[in-house]
Amino acid sequence: MSSKNNLLVNLENAGVYKSPKWLIRGVSLEVRRGQIVTLIGPNGSGKTTTAKMVLSILEPDEGSMKRYTDKIAYVPQKINIDWTMPLRVVDFMRLTNNLNDNEVSESLNQTGVEKLFKEQIHGLSGGEFQRVLLARAIAKKPELLVLDEPVQGVDFNGEIDLYNIIKNISANLNCGILLVSHDLHFVMSATDHVVCLNGHICCSGKPSAIIKDKAYIELFGEHRSKTLTYYQHDHDHTHNSDGSVSN
Amino acid sequence: MFDDFFTRALVTGIGIAIITGPLGCLVIWRRLSYFGDTLAHSALLGVTLAYAFSLNIAFSVFVISAVIALLLLNLQKRTRLAGDSLLGLLAHSTLAIGLVLMGYLSSIRFDIMGLLFGDILSVTVEDIALVWIGGFIILVILYFIWKSLFSATVNFDLAFAEGMQPNVYNMIFTLLLAGVIALSIKMIGTLLITGLLIIPAAASRNITNNPKQMVFVAILIGILSVTIGLFTSLELNTSSGPSIIVIAIILFIISLIPLELRGKLQK
Repeated sequence: MSSKNNLLVNLENAGVYKSPKWLIRGVSLEVRRGQIVTLIGPNGSGKTTTAKMVLSILEPDEGSMKRYTDKIAYVPQKINIDWTMPLRVVDFMRLTNNLNDNEVSESLNQTGVEKLFKEQIHGLSGGEFQRVLLARAIAKKPELLVLDEPVQGVDFNGEIDLYNIIKNISANLNCGILLVSHDLHFVMSATDHVVCLNGHICCSGKPSAIIKDKAYIELFGEHRSKTLTYYQHDHDHTHNSDGSVSN
Repeated sequence: MFDDFFTRALVTGIGIAIITGPLGCLVIWRRLSYFGDTLAHSALLGVTLAYAFSLNIAFSVFVISAVIALLLLNLQKRTRLAGDSLLGLLAHSTLAIGLVLMGYLSSIRFDIMGLLFGDILSVTVEDIALVWIGGFIILVILYFIWKSLFSATVNFDLAFAEGMQPNVYNMIFTLLLAGVIALSIKMIGTLLITGLLIIPAAASRNITNNPKQMVFVAILIGILSVTIGLFTSLELNTSSGPSIIVIAIILFIISLIPLELRGKLQK
């Protein structure tokens, strides 16, 4: 029964039509507390559209969206802040909530950018800005967190860092995360549920099941789908506590 | 205290500068300067109608501006013409209708120059009350909706997703903008009101680094423009509206200096 209460959002056979075509159709998915659900798929496959349905920025033209929480935080795919608006990181952090300085610092600290507190938003690098965006979303202590390509423009080490943070958020805040990602690597290693989109749901399920799915291999190409998920391999041995190998 | 026409003008002008400061910031952040201009053009129609039906001018201008704002939203849904084309269409059609009606009502003498550029001589004690009470109401509303409005200005989708209801507040903002134009039409004139909205805010941007600071400095620059502008207009016997705007633009040029210096220091 408790699993029922943990349901945060539910899309059922949902679709969005924008003349002259369906952007996405027939999407059914759920996000529960403590779960990371990832949307993958090529450009224009409807990932952002699906995320926007969950956020009710777009209304489904068919099917339904039901949401069971209002505590939502969102990291949009693109956000342009014009120079005409002077904005420090701290102002941006307080955009939709009232935080004191300590709370702001604490959240910035979590994504490793505490020192940017008083910096102008316009002066940040792409990677720094993504970290600030994530910090702002965490600061809201949301029940549902929607992240639309949260690591774009971040260097390789930073990417690993941010994905670790995202993993921790779902555990610490016990919130549900809907993640749009290109990074099959992270998706396959850290996500609970993968939805593979291409105008409709190609396949969905646990990462371990997905990588064997024909539709998935077709969509991402055999080579890429294999190389990028190399550490989903089965261990043929185990390590003892002293590091020696036993079979 | 308000016997002297100049004191009346000064008190009214300062009241207007206090309202145009924050609204002007929002106008430039949201790239709405041409929208403000359109509302101001349509104000001429509002004034004509006020004379024709003996209504309060501010009230009539407010109603017309609000109608224009709603028309714009409606047109945007019906056609794919760009926003600036639609604004131009509305601005000049209402201006033309206003002028045609004005000619029709030939029995009434219009002070066209006063309407276009503002007229300090005509500011009455009622105008002072209107500006300060109306302005106070506008600022109180703005204070309460600021957070939603501001977050939607930064990013609409984000504000919407996180429950800030930007649709509702954008509408209220438009009405407030119509309100400030209605209040200031007599003082500054239809052609120049956008200048008082934009120039102090733009000057303020050059020397500030966060939104609140920008709003307060915009108010200060607005008050300075009005005060110095009115004294100049008294001294040189020039129209009040243009004099205020000329001072504002001089202050804007001065505000560029620290910006230049900072640029050089960074090099």
